[in-house]
Amino acid sequence: MPDIKLPCDVAEKVNAICESHGDNPGELINILHEAQHLMGYLPEEMQRMIAHRLNIPVSKVYGVVTFYAFFTMTAKGKYPISVCMGTACYVRGSEKLLEEFKRVLGIDVGETTPDGKFSLDCLRCVGACGLAPVVMIGEKVYGRLQPVDVRRILDELE
Amino acid sequence: MKVTTIGDLDTVRKQAARKLFLREQSNSSVDGQCSGLESGAEKMQVLICGGTGCKASSSHLIAERITESLKEKGIADKVDVVTTGCFGFCEKGPVVKIIPDNTFYTQVTPDDAEEIVSEHIIGGRRVARLLYVDPKTGQSVSDSKHMDFYRKQMRVALRNCGFIDPENIEEYIARDGYFALATSILKHSPEEVIEEVKRSGLRGRGGGGFPTGVKWGFARKSVSDMKYVVCNADEGDPGAFMDRSIMEGDPHSIVEAMAICGYSIGAPKGLVYIRAEYPLAIHRLKTAIAQAREYGLLGGNILGSGFSFDIEIRYGAGAFVCGEETALIHSMEGKRGEPTMKPPFPAESGYLGKPTNVNNVETFANIPVILTRGADWFASIGTEKSKGTKVFALAGKINNVGLIEVPMGTTLREVIYEIGGGIKGGKKFKAVQTGGPSGGCLTEKHLDIPIDFDNLLAEGSMMGSGGMIVMDEDDCMVSVARFYLDFTVEESCGKCTPCRIGNKRLLETLNKITEGRGTLEDLKTLSTLGKVIKDTALCGLGQTSPNPVLSTLNHFYDEYLEHVRDHRCRAKQCKALLTYFIDPSLCIGCHLCAKNCPADAIIGDVRKPHIINPAKCIKCGMCMARCKFKAISVK
Repeated sequence: MPDIKLPCDVAEKVNAICESHGDNPGELINILHEAQHLMGYLPEEMQRMIAHRLNIPVSKVYGVVTFYAFFTMTAKGKYPISVCMGTACYVRGSEKLLEEFKRVLGIDVGETTPDGKFSLDCLRCVGACGLAPVVMIGEKVYGRLQPVDVRRILDELE
Repeated sequence: MKVTTIGDLDTVRKQAARKLFLREQSNSSVDGQCSGLESGAEKMQVLICGGTGCKASSSHLIAERITESLKEKGIADKVDVVTTGCFGFCEKGPVVKIIPDNTFYTQVTPDDAEEIVSEHIIGGRRVARLLYVDPKTGQSVSDSKHMDFYRKQMRVALRNCGFIDPENIEEYIARDGYFALATSILKHSPEEVIEEVKRSGLRGRGGGGFPTGVKWGFARKSVSDMKYVVCNADEGDPGAFMDRSIMEGDPHSIVEAMAICGYSIGAPKGLVYIRAEYPLAIHRLKTAIAQAREYGLLGGNILGSGFSFDIEIRYGAGAFVCGEETALIHSMEGKRGEPTMKPPFPAESGYLGKPTNVNNVETFANIPVILTRGADWFASIGTEKSKGTKVFALAGKINNVGLIEVPMGTTLREVIYEIGGGIKGGKKFKAVQTGGPSGGCLTEKHLDIPIDFDNLLAEGSMMGSGGMIVMDEDDCMVSVARFYLDFTVEESCGKCTPCRIGNKRLLETLNKITEGRGTLEDLKTLSTLGKVIKDTALCGLGQTSPNPVLSTLNHFYDEYLEHVRDHRCRAKQCKALLTYFIDPSLCIGCHLCAKNCPADAIIGDVRKPHIINPAKCIKCGMCMARCKFKAISVK
């Protein structure tokens, strides 16, 4: 067993998830989905642990994690912000919105602010195209936004 | 309750039909007189859209508030509150419908709940301010069937969306649900079912347009100890939400169709590959599967026929390429979703090396109704080679954003100007993009082409899964092409060189052009390289990825030329080619722009015209948005 530095309870839960899927490498994606729920992201240590448990190379787990957009290796902020970059939102100005979030927060897409409060991501279509352009912050959907609204929304959250 | 015979199923249908009778009747009535409990209505129903779009505008709170209000007034037993799937008219959501008078309320908020209950449900008076106003006549329209948005639509795949409670199997059965399955497994041979699907002329709705019956026939012929039915619910096209709405609004139709497919090809097991980003669709599908099991419509020996079938859910993790069959299958096996060469086709060797039939959600949603109403009925809708209807997610610069379903052969003009209500803000139509990142742009001159698989392909676009994005004069076509390429480059799995490297070069060239560094030579490169990628890429993603570039080059060559030759972007979208300036005759020197400028690029004394320092300006447009005197413009 490699030296794993995850908190004990998380490590136990990861093992339990693998076990509930019969330690089957074919279930890797389902396992990763559940494992990501534990901490909001998939740290390297967790990937090592899953690889060990399923008896597959770490490179395989890493390969899958980096292939799919849904999996992330960085911790999300307290308020994860996702700007919809679906076409409907794009033609209604979501790119300008994203630029404004980047500027105000001082971070790029895929990053988290140093205080851990906000993280910024893009997503592809939430399906609320009638409200375009749309931003999701946590589970809440903000619709029909303009760049001038960005500051106000962030202030409300702070 | 367990259904063991077709007679049992009929009993359930008859019982539930009473509840739906009111809705069906009010749907077909001419123009319902408004009625309330005080004016003699005995039983009323409130249908509230529970689709993702309306939920994002708090439709679940509306349902809660209406229910509370009904309880307070002691009339909860006389009024059913039903959360349905998507009504389609997302632009005007959240939508609430009152039965029996079929009143269609738009843009309802939780605060309107009380008024709807006291005025309409009790008093029988419509709440006028929540009615839809026809922009052409300025008149309120209370019944959806008199709205332009619905008039030309024909709901086949969406037949139950916005009509039944998707989490109630009995309402589905009342709409003849599971009868197609029962009749197939009890009265017909698998070959007969496949023949019927073939005769209907149904073609795959996921994008390719391959005849569904023929596909089933291939999987039927493969000999193996195990076969699989897969439902591709990994809707990855940005700006498309057809499949999600069907799963949210009518999940049982997918369950039923997959079981029929299982019977036809000889597969005991079905898998739904669904985007993890669709929590509501996943929930509704899981509920539907559990209910079908409880009723004995999934599981061992269904209705005593000897046929067993069950369904499991597999989650996608956000990879557009997984819409491709072979990539999807690899993803379900827990691997990176990279495609492989065909043949072998999944019908011979698919999931875990076993014969597998993959169909898309909308394709499946058509199956039960084809079998209940007959192949001839289905084949009577549409054009010669494209039968039935097609669902589109209509979005972009259009007045009526929403989910629509029209017979094949409807023209783009009808869709955009009649159903879609024309271009937003009275702007000029420029292009419509169909087929998402794999499709192309169509222009003014294509507006009268009847929409079907072959016509769109012939014009350099494609049907795709059904995303339809309308663009107006403010959209820069070079930027749009760049947007799609950006998407493809990000989503390319990297396995084959043309897609991995070729698309990257295309994107770099487009970036160059939008940044004002393009040359005439670059335009040639785009065209040649695009064609090479089309011819040599491994899978559908790569082969279609240059389409947005090639079609915009073809139809909007002038705009490309302006970018490289004149360094001008007529739509004023390409930042590097823009200059912001303040009109001194309009500027009163209020200093608001300077205060808001993030780059400190605006200088000037109070009450004197300001100026923008182009060296510092980052072209964010904040000054223009803030200026109250329209003194700032962009060239």
